[in-house]
Amino acid sequence: MTDTSPAPVADAVTVASSGATVEFRALRRSFGTTTALDGLDLTVRPGELVALLGPSGCGKTTALRMLAGFEHPDSGQVLVDGEDVTKTPAHRRDAGMVFQSYSLFPHLSAADNVAFGLRMRKVGAAERRSRAAELLELVGLPDHGDRYPHQLSGGQQQRVALARALALRPRVLLLDEPLSALDAKVRTTLREEIRRLQRELGITTLFVTHDQEEALSMADRVAVMNAGRMEQCAAPAELYDRPATAFVAEFVGTNSRLPGRLTDGGLVEVLGRRLPAQGDVPAGTEVDVLVRPEAVRVDADPTGDARVVATAFLGAVTRVTVRLADGTSVKADLASSEAAALPPGATVTVSLPDRPVLVTARAV
Amino acid sequence: MAGLTGTRIRPWRGVVLAGAGLYFLVPLAASVIFTVDVPGQGVTFDAYGQILKAEGFTSSLLLSLELAAATIAVVLLLMVPAMVALRLSAPRLRPLVEVICSLPLVVPPIALVAGVSSVLRWGPEHLASTPFFQTFVAIQNPAFPVVLVLTYVVMALPFVFRALDAGLRAVDVRTLVEAARSCGANWPAALIRVVLPNLRGALLNASFLTLALVLGEFTVAQLLGFQPFAVWIVTVSGSQAQLSVAVSVLSLLVTWLLLLVLAAVGGRRPTSSASRK
Repeated sequence: MTDTSPAPVADAVTVASSGATVEFRALRRSFGTTTALDGLDLTVRPGELVALLGPSGCGKTTALRMLAGFEHPDSGQVLVDGEDVTKTPAHRRDAGMVFQSYSLFPHLSAADNVAFGLRMRKVGAAERRSRAAELLELVGLPDHGDRYPHQLSGGQQQRVALARALALRPRVLLLDEPLSALDAKVRTTLREEIRRLQRELGITTLFVTHDQEEALSMADRVAVMNAGRMEQCAAPAELYDRPATAFVAEFVGTNSRLPGRLTDGGLVEVLGRRLPAQGDVPAGTEVDVLVRPEAVRVDADPTGDARVVATAFLGAVTRVTVRLADGTSVKADLASSEAAALPPGATVTVSLPDRPVLVTARAV
Repeated sequence: MAGLTGTRIRPWRGVVLAGAGLYFLVPLAASVIFTVDVPGQGVTFDAYGQILKAEGFTSSLLLSLELAAATIAVVLLLMVPAMVALRLSAPRLRPLVEVICSLPLVVPPIALVAGVSSVLRWGPEHLASTPFFQTFVAIQNPAFPVVLVLTYVVMALPFVFRALDAGLRAVDVRTLVEAARSCGANWPAALIRVVLPNLRGALLNASFLTLALVLGEFTVAQLLGFQPFAVWIVTVSGSQAQLSVAVSVLSLLVTWLLLLVLAAVGGRRPTSSASRK
């Protein structure tokens, strides 16, 4: 079974809802001795897609479920368009949701699944049918209305779930890792379609994922969470280029930790150079410097004191792992044509560009 | 490896199947022969022909069916919301609930009926001057003894718990309920429109097991002095042995038929007319 591409949005006006502003204010939630949310503050602007990104247990799903109405905070508020919905039951939240696991109702056809919410709202049968057909066309499944969930592929099921979530013209769309159960190719296709639909419908969307590529490619802004707190919320490029904390830098993208020494004037000495230190500078002089692999320069040098220990071909680039004289490993992404001259065992020199670098406390 | 194992045990399958078949079929065949083979007359189906005309047959069967319907309704109304709530809100309590629901399996019906009889005797003596006196009288009405329904509900708990538990394990109830609620369904609507249709097989199983229990239950009804179907069969067997065995054989066949219907209906998945692409 293959996933068919959706038709262009036929009549977006009939399914679009004006985006709402969503605010989390100082949300706290504990489960026993575990703190899931520890004072989360976040504002999502109308029509914006914000991805909540973080490792398992960081509180991202708890935050999403609080907006959906499935969890309630110990303290704090959830506001939609300024209205406090913290205690509003889930069925009155006006939030469509797509779940991680396949959540279609197995006893209903795709069309009946999409029309379920309309039926709950007592919309007439003729209008229900027409809206369901319209939404199925919107998600690229115009001929699948009479299929049952077990007759659909995973990607098709999630498309129907998306259509169902949009059927009630919700103020907010909630996506709880909707692509994680799909294979890589379908995942890529579907995330582009979700983004296209979200933009065309202008619906405020909160998207939970632990996949950084997914978050960076889809979101207007990415909120990186750790241990119930938000580390940074920024546009993908800013998050990648100027991470606010070592956690963000290490969670988003790949880094190497290099030993450095803080000197006067906010400079850090690393690999024989003095570079400006970026972000919160820890106390003490012994620090670690975090560098992205694409920022590391590696040159063949028979007199160099570093040695290539491994190479991994990634397509256009090759990731070269170099061991420095002090035993530190550094990863560098080089053009594959350039990396061909650096086989494992080659002697090299490693250098960094003249740009600010993120420093963090020395790892023990 | 699996194939090797399967090959190794295959000859025993037939032996086990034949042994089990004989264990069940020989008594059944003997019963059928007993009902149709009248000494001196040869083979005759008179015993089956007399069933409908037998005194007390219709009333006792109707009473049993009414009791079964009421028991199924009460036990499902009690257990379905409880099991769903248990699954969604307190899954850690499941072992405790399982133990409580399994108690009727280890408490002999004779002990259960002794307890029920004590309560029924105690009530009128101590509540004679209160409105509860009439309640005690009403629940023992021979036309429809509610006390039997209440007792059968307790006796059916082990079977209903297991049937519903298996059904609930087969579906992701939490996600289905949350999906329904995010679509605007309140709790009752989510339960009725989403959870129950997906528990169809489990509900049919629980209903059937309860029906079988009520139709065949003898001890409690007999000792409390009521005459549903099972008691009637035993009563009739004293004077019309062939008739009572014929009724037993017929009720067994009807039970099997219900089981087949259940398997056919409960295991069917909805399918669109369009072929899968």
